[in-house]
Amino acid sequence: MLFSAILTGLVLGGTYALVAMGLTLQYGVARIMNLAYGDIIIAASFGAYVLFTALGINPLLGMLIVIPAGFALSWLIYAVMLQPLARRSRDRGRLEGDSILATFGLLFVIQGVALVLFGSGFMSYSFLAVPVDILGTTVAANRLLAFVLAVVFGLGLWLVLTRTRFGTVIRAVAANPASAPLVGINVDSVARFAFAIGGALAAAGGVVVSMYLTFSATMGVIFTMKALIVVIMGGVGNLMGALAAGLILGLVETLVASFIDPGLTLAATYLIFLTVLVVRPQGLFGRAAR
Amino acid sequence: MTTISRRTVLQGMGVSALATALSGLPVLAQDRTAIRIGYAVPKTGANAAGAGISTIPNYLLWVDDVNKAGGLELSKLGVPLPLEVVEYDDRSSSEELVRAVERLATQDNADFILPSWGTGPNLASGPTFDRFGYPQLGATAVTDMAPDLVKRWKHSFWLLGGGHDYANALVQLLVKQREAGTINNKVAIASVADGFGIDLSKAATPSFTEAGFELVYDKTYPLGTSDFAPIINEVSGLGVDTFVAFSYPPDTFALTQQSVVANFSPKVFYLGVGTAFPIYPGIAGPNHDGVMGVGGIDPDSEKLAAYFERHTALNGQAPDSWASAITYASLEMLQQAIERVGDIDREAITAELSSGEFDTVIGKVKLVDNQLRSLWTVGQWQGGKFVGLAHTERDGSRDPVVPKPVWVAA
Repeated sequence: MLFSAILTGLVLGGTYALVAMGLTLQYGVARIMNLAYGDIIIAASFGAYVLFTALGINPLLGMLIVIPAGFALSWLIYAVMLQPLARRSRDRGRLEGDSILATFGLLFVIQGVALVLFGSGFMSYSFLAVPVDILGTTVAANRLLAFVLAVVFGLGLWLVLTRTRFGTVIRAVAANPASAPLVGINVDSVARFAFAIGGALAAAGGVVVSMYLTFSATMGVIFTMKALIVVIMGGVGNLMGALAAGLILGLVETLVASFIDPGLTLAATYLIFLTVLVVRPQGLFGRAAR
Repeated sequence: MTTISRRTVLQGMGVSALATALSGLPVLAQDRTAIRIGYAVPKTGANAAGAGISTIPNYLLWVDDVNKAGGLELSKLGVPLPLEVVEYDDRSSSEELVRAVERLATQDNADFILPSWGTGPNLASGPTFDRFGYPQLGATAVTDMAPDLVKRWKHSFWLLGGGHDYANALVQLLVKQREAGTINNKVAIASVADGFGIDLSKAATPSFTEAGFELVYDKTYPLGTSDFAPIINEVSGLGVDTFVAFSYPPDTFALTQQSVVANFSPKVFYLGVGTAFPIYPGIAGPNHDGVMGVGGIDPDSEKLAAYFERHTALNGQAPDSWASAITYASLEMLQQAIERVGDIDREAITAELSSGEFDTVIGKVKLVDNQLRSLWTVGQWQGGKFVGLAHTERDGSRDPVVPKPVWVAA
């Protein structure tokens, strides 16, 4: 029973981590607090839904279309809308404020387009909703896939960030955007790239989530909230932190639902969040504020 | 550059004052070119999905049906008048809804105002409808308080019953199954910790206990829960033949998928809002067959079948098998009441709605104390239709299939 709950919790946590990792890149490196993040996820879900139901394209293959589209869209959003904000703001606080307002508007644009195209109804389809038996515990294959992708993306990007020259450049921008140009780094293009990678991760999350969650055009904010909790808990800009925080949240929710009461899962989530904020305000893996 | 002289301003003020004064006057019969129908509905926000299934498509269909037939016949004015629509988005917020209803009544001079979607919004806008004297046809509100509300708000009508109606009907149906020996005595209930789930489980828990059922699991889960693996895993080990969830649409769909994945296939599988939605068979695949839920329709009614066809043709989606037909029937009642009175006399029309008998897609309807007491309470997917198994006034249209077919792998 305990083992089964832990496994179920890890699988749920995989979903949380997957949808949060893009935001941690966008917030940590590009310094954009993207309130439209959840709506990019929903847009990707709609993309997967259309590809699957209208064209019969398997969502796994659909990812090959939707992820680059998410990358391109986010690249464009940054270049057109956010770059001017980043250029004119002298300090981090000002950019955060500006980007919150700008992406708050973007949220309604994306949501409005989705409402016009798809209406307000619930969307759902079934893919890979088959049981997988792991040491006597049954989990759904699509949720397991979310967990695997979270771990693969998390580790993969972490390796890129820590082991490659380009990763070092990205970390330099994240650590000190004011000084990075002094060593010949083009902050604009690095931030744009990080923001676009964040968008691609959001799109990947959206495709996977659409396989097992019912979504509607107006549900983006739920994902933004959950991702934000994971990002703050894990430490802003830290992929390993997002992965760990996502898994912890999933574990806590499942353990509480299984052994205490399903009614207390939300309370438990926020209790953990509060504890982390009090004990380690910089997040589990974050560095202390400068 | 335009300069605005004092004279222009004064002229403008004069014109607008005149316009304001005129707009307060009753519209004269010979000036009428249409009957103005106003409504504020959630086109965005948390309620948009529900309204997009049960409410908005029926408003569109009714206006289309009436106008295609040449409009409403008003005997006292001597002319048929088409319907025109003023629509607002209440953004799923009760404050916004109340403001919009006030605006429809005072600024837009709507002749009739149709209600928003859901129990909470209908309760919140009740006082406003009553204050301005507009009949309120609450076709998507489930409340046990209806008998008190009709005394407080004389213009309100409650057409979807209360939590007790649905819970008691389900328990009665299960008692029969237990007596026939098809199910055991154990029941598990999971309910969403929000309006519908709280109301229904509050009514169901004592009802099950009184009927001698053993409630081996009775817990709530928070609104927005997406992962039901812990609940299903625990319940599947308890040996229950009956699983009941008073759930909202996303939960209803997720519970179904999780139960299939975990191969938890109880003899009675009952879910809440969303089971009666036309998309449910698409989501559950072959496993939708035999699933029970709240609501239901009469699969033998030709009128209802024709309504399903018209609805699908206009909106591109079928209606749901619970509140949709009731919503459309409420509009037919309004239409017949208006035509019987023959004038835009809202007091007389309200009186006619309370006392008259109407011919609708759900059959002959006569309200009791401003409430519709003739309702389908338990439904089950059988042969592609969500058929009514239990009704407050008549026998079920079909016998329940218990045990339901065992899940098949997707």
